[in-house]
Formats: sequence, structure tokens, C-alpha cells
Amino acid sequence: MKTSYAFILAGGVLALLATAPVFISDYWTGVLLGMTGYVTLATAWALFSGPTRYVSLATVAFFGVGAYTVAVLNDIMPYPLVLLCAAGIGITMALVVGLSTLRLAGVYFVIFTFGLAELVRQTVSWWEVNVTYTMGRYVFLPFEGRHIYWQLLALAAVTFLISWSIGRSRIGLALKALGDDETVAAHSGVDVTRIKLLLFVISSTIITLVGAIQAPRWTYIEPSIVFNPTVSFMTLIMALLGGAMRLWGPLVGAIPLFLLFEWLSGTFPDHFSIILGLMFILIVFVMPNGVLAKFDSLRKGSKL
Amino acid sequence: MLEHVINGLVLGGTYALVAMGLTMQYGIARIMNLSFGDMIIAACFATHVLFTALGISPIAALLIIVPASYAINLGIYQVMMKPLVSRAADEGALEVDSILLTFGVLFVIQGILLIMFGGGYNSYSFLNTPVKMLGTVVAGNRLLALVLSLAIGAVLVFILYRTRWGMILRAVSLSPQSAPLFGIDTDRTARTAFAIGGAMAATGGVVVSMFQTFTATAGVVFTMKALIVVILGGKGSIPGAIAAGLLLGLVETFVAAYVDPGLTLAAVYSVFLLLLLVRPNGLFGKV
Repeated sequence: MKTSYAFILAGGVLALLATAPVFISDYWTGVLLGMTGYVTLATAWALFSGPTRYVSLATVAFFGVGAYTVAVLNDIMPYPLVLLCAAGIGITMALVVGLSTLRLAGVYFVIFTFGLAELVRQTVSWWEVNVTYTMGRYVFLPFEGRHIYWQLLALAAVTFLISWSIGRSRIGLALKALGDDETVAAHSGVDVTRIKLLLFVISSTIITLVGAIQAPRWTYIEPSIVFNPTVSFMTLIMALLGGAMRLWGPLVGAIPLFLLFEWLSGTFPDHFSIILGLMFILIVFVMPNGVLAKFDSLRKGSKL
Repeated sequence: MLEHVINGLVLGGTYALVAMGLTMQYGIARIMNLSFGDMIIAACFATHVLFTALGISPIAALLIIVPASYAINLGIYQVMMKPLVSRAADEGALEVDSILLTFGVLFVIQGILLIMFGGGYNSYSFLNTPVKMLGTVVAGNRLLALVLSLAIGAVLVFILYRTRWGMILRAVSLSPQSAPLFGIDTDRTARTAFAIGGAMAATGGVVVSMFQTFTATAGVVFTMKALIVVILGGKGSIPGAIAAGLLLGLVETFVAAYVDPGLTLAAVYSVFLLLLLVRPNGLFGKV
């Protein structure tokens, strides 16, 4: 019963959010759009990195690949096909990264993802300069802010649905075991590598699609714009603030931080990354499990 | 051909040097430091300022920057890392915490450098005199960089393998649980190892700045290369770091010379990928 109420409530909120662009100005639609984008990114990030504790630093590598795919293909293919291509490339990249690193200790994965965005950025730049002779591309798609917003909202809803259903499935149980103790999980018959790979591919594909859907927002795209490392960083800090282990954690972290960053980047554009870094350090120190866990422990009266 | 070998060795020598620093931080202090490359870049800028504004030669700058970096890293360990170390339930938790924390530090250092120096390319001209050697011509600063890397690397190897102090460091690296049973203060050792690692990063930065251009945002690439060298050589292995550093320097120089300079990072990554598939414990690592 409780679940069905929650679904009705979530559906109502979704419908409300979907009709919002009709009532609010274009500026606020833009804000809502960016926020939905980050909520999706943070939730997708936490889908894999939360339970496995494998910190992925490659969010923008996938995000950028999605956006760039749209930039390259948008004038030779119909839009749905472009999105499919973007998803396909995201899956392939996730498989390459996952198959080569997820069999090993977590630190190899972190290191691999750490430089991945820079690698992809440099390789794409090299390809454009030396092979196709184009630096910078244009995206001409007949989308307004609200069209992009609706697509993102749908993707966000799907992401939450996936995250929720994984949490209730056998995979979710295996994942919990894996996060607690990988060796024990493996001994209990959990195919550790396959589960990690599956989750990583799902999470990376969603991230790639967020990039692809947001691409028309820029109109002009070049590698240094879409492979901006701040995206990885912001996703991480949002998911951590809310708590990467909970379904609603990334959402709780993403909404206030997005508004704060929106204000900060307008007010202190030069000091943005310093403030971001200091805030991140503070979160790691004060609330390593996220703000929701902090509330829980405060309510229970324990000191942590 | 020979010229590329020498350039590769110069580059590889500096990689070996900084990787030795990183392997001390990761292997002994158990801190995975993602801001390592930004500390290298900070040292590059410090040398640049000392040389162009105050006329202090990079060699003399070493004597200022390296002790300063040792002190700063000691402070960083005491203030930021130690609470994490005492809070961590196990090695895995410390690894995740230190990754997250230093990822934040990375953005702070990068942000400060960007405000102070902007995002452009920086370099200065020091000892740019051609030296004839083995039938080719090498820039004096590159030769000096190679000599410095080799000398400092040799000193570290000597300390680690021939002194009591080095034995303590190696003991903690090998078995942090049993080291205290032999009366070793692991906390102090970790602190020292972290600070030495930071000092090595600064040394690498001073050396690199003598012959390469650098930008405020290049830290990520340096960290990446140092990490790959550490893994290539085997976690905690100093001889491994030296061999792997030289190898990576050669690979990079040859790719830049014969394939395309824009693909060096791709080449580095290919080496890394190959390594992960064939020998995940590194060239010198134990299974």
C-alpha cells in the first residue's frame, strides 16, 4: 500500500514539474533544466559508485561523449537515431573501461577514470584537427529549453525507476553484499565482476544520454566545452552531500548545491573552483555518508 | 634517433622521480593522492617566480622549494589526512576517503594557481645552451634535469636500502600491522613518508619547469602519469618506479617524434591498458 502511495505522489510531482514551463519564465525553465540534468547525473553516478564504493571520476568523459556525438551526427541522422548512437558509444566505452579495470582492485578503476576525460578530450581534439579538419561544431536542432527539459525529466524518472527497482531486486541484494565485503559476497556465489560491470554500464549510459540531450543547449560545441572536469566534480559532490547509498540522496544533494553553484558561478566566477574544492573537503570530513545519514543518526541520538 | 632516446630518458627521469614520491605516499602512508600533480605544477610556478622575479636560479630554488614543500606536506598530513587515518575502519575506507579528499584539494590548488597565474602556457629560459653529446645536440637544461633526477633518485634509493631509517620505511610499506610490534612508530613513519613524497613532487616540479612549458591545469595529466608509473612498477617498489618511469618517458618521446605529439596521452593510456590486461600487479610487483 505504502509503495503505491509513494508512486502516486511521485507521479503527481512529476506531472507538476512537467507542466511547470508553461507557467514560469524561460530563465527559470533553464534553471530547472540544469537542475534536472544534475539530479539525473548524481543519481546515475550513485547507482554504481554508491553501493560498490568504486569512486568514478569519469562522469564528464561519458557526458562529453554524449554531447559530442550529437554535435557530430545531428545533421546527418534523425534525432532519435542520434540518441541511440550516443547510448551505443557510451555502452561500448563503459564496457572497455569496465572489462579492463573492474576485475581488479578498486584503485585501478579510480585511476583509470581519473584521466579518462582528459584522454577522450585530447583524442577527440586530435581527431578533429588532423583527420576531419574541423574544430568546433554546431548543433542545430529545433528544440527550445522546455523540450530539452521534458526529455531530461523523462530520463530522470527512468533513472529513479531503475535505481528503485535495482534496490528491490536480487541484483540489489548482491550489490549490498558486495559493498559490505567483496570477498564474502564472492564466496556466497555473487558474480562480483558481472554485477559491477552491469551497474557501471547502466550508470554510464544514463550519463551519456544526459550529455546528449543537453547538447542542443550549447549550439556551439568544442571538446574543451563539453569535457569540462567541473561536471565530474559537481556530480560527485552532490551525490556525496545527499548520500550516495540512498535512492533520494543524490536528489537531496543536487537541488540545493545546484542553486548554490548557479549563484556562486555568477557571483564569484574566478573563485568558483576553490570554493567548490573547500566545500567538498568539508563534506568529506563532516558528513562522509551524506546529509540524510547525518539526519538519521542525529534523530537516533548517536554522536556520529 | 639517439636524440629521442636522450630526450626520452630526460622525461623518463623526471617521471621516475615524481613516481618515487607518489609511491612513498601511497605505498607507505597509504594515501592515494590525486592532487599530487598539482603540487608538481605549484612547484613549477614557484620556480618560475623565483627565477624571473628574484633571479634565483632553479638549482638554488631547489634548496628553498623542497624544504618548504616538505613542511607544507607535513602540515597537510597532520591537518587533513590524520583525521581520516584515525577514522578509517580499514585500508579500503582510507583509500576512498583519501581519494575524495585529495580530489577536493586538487581543485583548490588548481583554482589558486589559475587566479594567480591565469590559464596560459608558462616557461622560462634557463641554461638553454646546446651541449654536444654522443654525436647529437642536447639542451643544457635537459641534461641538467637528467643529472638531477638521477642524483636525487640515487640518494633516495640509498636511504631506503642502506640506512636504518629506510628500513623502517620499507617495513611499514611491507606490513603496516606488524611494524608496531617491532617498536616502529607507524604514525610518524607515515607522516614522514607523506612529506618526503611531497618534497619529491616539488623536486620533480622544479626539474620539469627547467625544460618544459606548463599550465595551471596540467596537474591532472602529471598525476595520471605518475600513477601509471607507480602501478607499472608495482605498488611501493622504488626500482620498479625508476624502470617504469624511464620506459614511459621513452614511449612518450617516441610517439611524439614518430607518430604525433597530440597522441602521447593516448599512448600512455594504451600502455596502462595493456598492463592491466597482462600484469595487473606491475612489472616488479608481487602477486
